[in-house]
Amino acid sequence: MTLGDIAISNLRRRKGKAFFVLAGLLIGVSTVVALLSLVSAMKEDINHKLEMYGANILIVPKTENLSLTYGGLSLGGVSFEMQEIREEELENIKKIANANNVAALGPMVLGPVTVADQRLLMAGVDFQAFRVLRPWWTMKGQEPDDDGALLGSEAARLLGLGTGDKFQVNDREIQVTGVLETTGSQDDGLIFAPLAMTQELLGKKDRISMAEVAALCSGCPIPEMVKQISDVLPGANVMAIQQVVKGRMETLNHFEKFSYGVSALVLLVGSLMVLVTMMGSVRERTVEIGIFSAMGFRGSHVIRIILMEAAIISGLAGVLGYLVGFSVTKMLIPLFTEGHGAHVPFDPVMAAGAFLLSIFVGLAASSYPAFAASRLDPNEALRAL
Amino acid sequence: MKRIQAQQIAKQYGKGDTAVTALKGISFTIDAGEFVAVMGESGSGKSTLLSIVGTLNSPTSGRLTVDDIDVYALGKDKRADFRRKSIGFVFQNFNLLPYLTLAENVMLPLATVREKRAKKRSMALAALARVGLAEKAERLPSQVSGGEQERVAIARAIVGRPPIILADEPTGNLDSKTGKDIMGIINGLNSEGMTIIMVTHNPDYAAYAHRLLRVADGVLE
Ligand SMILES: Nc1ncnc2c1ncn2[C@@H]1O[C@H](COP(=O)(O)OP(=O)(O)O)[C@@H](O)[C@H]1O
Ligand SMILES: [Mg+2]
Repeated sequence: MTLGDIAISNLRRRKGKAFFVLAGLLIGVSTVVALLSLVSAMKEDINHKLEMYGANILIVPKTENLSLTYGGLSLGGVSFEMQEIREEELENIKKIANANNVAALGPMVLGPVTVADQRLLMAGVDFQAFRVLRPWWTMKGQEPDDDGALLGSEAARLLGLGTGDKFQVNDREIQVTGVLETTGSQDDGLIFAPLAMTQELLGKKDRISMAEVAALCSGCPIPEMVKQISDVLPGANVMAIQQVVKGRMETLNHFEKFSYGVSALVLLVGSLMVLVTMMGSVRERTVEIGIFSAMGFRGSHVIRIILMEAAIISGLAGVLGYLVGFSVTKMLIPLFTEGHGAHVPFDPVMAAGAFLLSIFVGLAASSYPAFAASRLDPNEALRAL
Repeated sequence: MKRIQAQQIAKQYGKGDTAVTALKGISFTIDAGEFVAVMGESGSGKSTLLSIVGTLNSPTSGRLTVDDIDVYALGKDKRADFRRKSIGFVFQNFNLLPYLTLAENVMLPLATVREKRAKKRSMALAALARVGLAEKAERLPSQVSGGEQERVAIARAIVGRPPIILADEPTGNLDSKTGKDIMGIINGLNSEGMTIIMVTHNPDYAAYAHRLLRVADGVLE
């Protein structure tokens, strides 16, 4: 016979009360688990979608010229003869407050070239950055290294060139290392070549025509980042590409806040349920606690018995709560995310968190009843003595 | 040897108009190994006196020393420890926990003691054997008679071998045959050296004691 044995036999004896405490905590914990894992699955889903969207911030020079469109996006003015951004200025973007959210920065120099009597637009780009900025690109062949070119499907058709063929620009021979599949955008008509080579060909050394930025995270404050970039590039016009995702992101942010609110509320109700039930249990056991006192139990012994009971139920509620919350999320996830991208893996951190949260709430809510029990006057309790 | 010394013990319950004075300054001495019976009318203050001696109920004034320890000068925890080591209570209405077996009930006072489970169990079984209930150790209180429950209450009081046993009307709810059995056990404990203070209404049972304290309206007669 130990204090733990007393706690356990008491739980067995008062199954109804134990069940109430369990239910209160279980509802709280499973709600928190379900909401939090739903939020994290939706975030993952959106992040995944963001990656599919590529660039979401454009940097173009300030200009009075007539506007051009690029890929259906308004670019302000990218005219061939206008003033351009100096490449080194772009380095400043690495110093903005949200620099960590910049997944890729793609400078681009644009200029007209003549190839076999055809006037075409040539784009000098950083192909590594373009993997992030144009995740939808697929190509026959491969990207060029230091020289060579990647042709848009329309450009390749016009020039009658394929992978491995060569063409001349300003007396320079360039090999086609790859041909893009049709994208349905203006990329189809372009010749893509390495940035440095193109700058040289176009006589625009260290100059760029525009730059694209991919900010990759669901919580990225895009408008804030646009402002930060504008501040470090006073000569440039920085703008956000409005995306469908943006609206979803706002919804998600609201949902996240709502989830925290609901979690707190449900936990509060759960802990009140625990408090009231434990208080009732203590009141029911007044005589018993009086007997314990008469036997020489200290107040701390009584507290220990009650907190042990609370800890046993809370631990159980934590485990069950995680499992219930987990299953509910699995069931709900198809309703909240599109397609198949999102899945809910077993999350050991969340499981441990749920367990600890449950025990913490259970003990916190039982601490007052336990304290009250330890302060019972044994003489009063044993009035029938 | 003086075991218990009460000096001018007074107890008042409540305050103001509703205040009840249960004891009005009682002094007595009880020697080690003595068997004292306490008698008096209902409401005269016997239970109050017993709970004060049992260190469960602080007197409003006066001093109680047990083995020269001023028990009410001790802190709450120290007093609880003192109670565990020195005093065994036997209640009139048994106060057994209905969901524990007889053996478990008897082991209860040992729950706060650092000791092997098996050792606690053998101590409990020895105490049960002492009151003649070894065979019924695994029964629940509801499965034995009232007299047997009272004997379990005695076993529980003596399991930690305290030097003092306080019994408040231990035979009050029992028929005379069972009452006599209980008195036999209590008398036996006294002859083994335990100091016993017993409240009773029955003069026959009071006759087992060495000495009688008569309480009337909060004072000793
Ligand atoms: N906890 C208490 N609170 C208030 N009054 C009490 C309490 N315990 C006893 N009394 C009062 O003190 C007086 C003595 O009671 P008690 O010691 O129980 O007497 P007895 O055991 O001789 O019947 C009675 O008037 C009783 O009502
Ligand atoms: Mg009484």
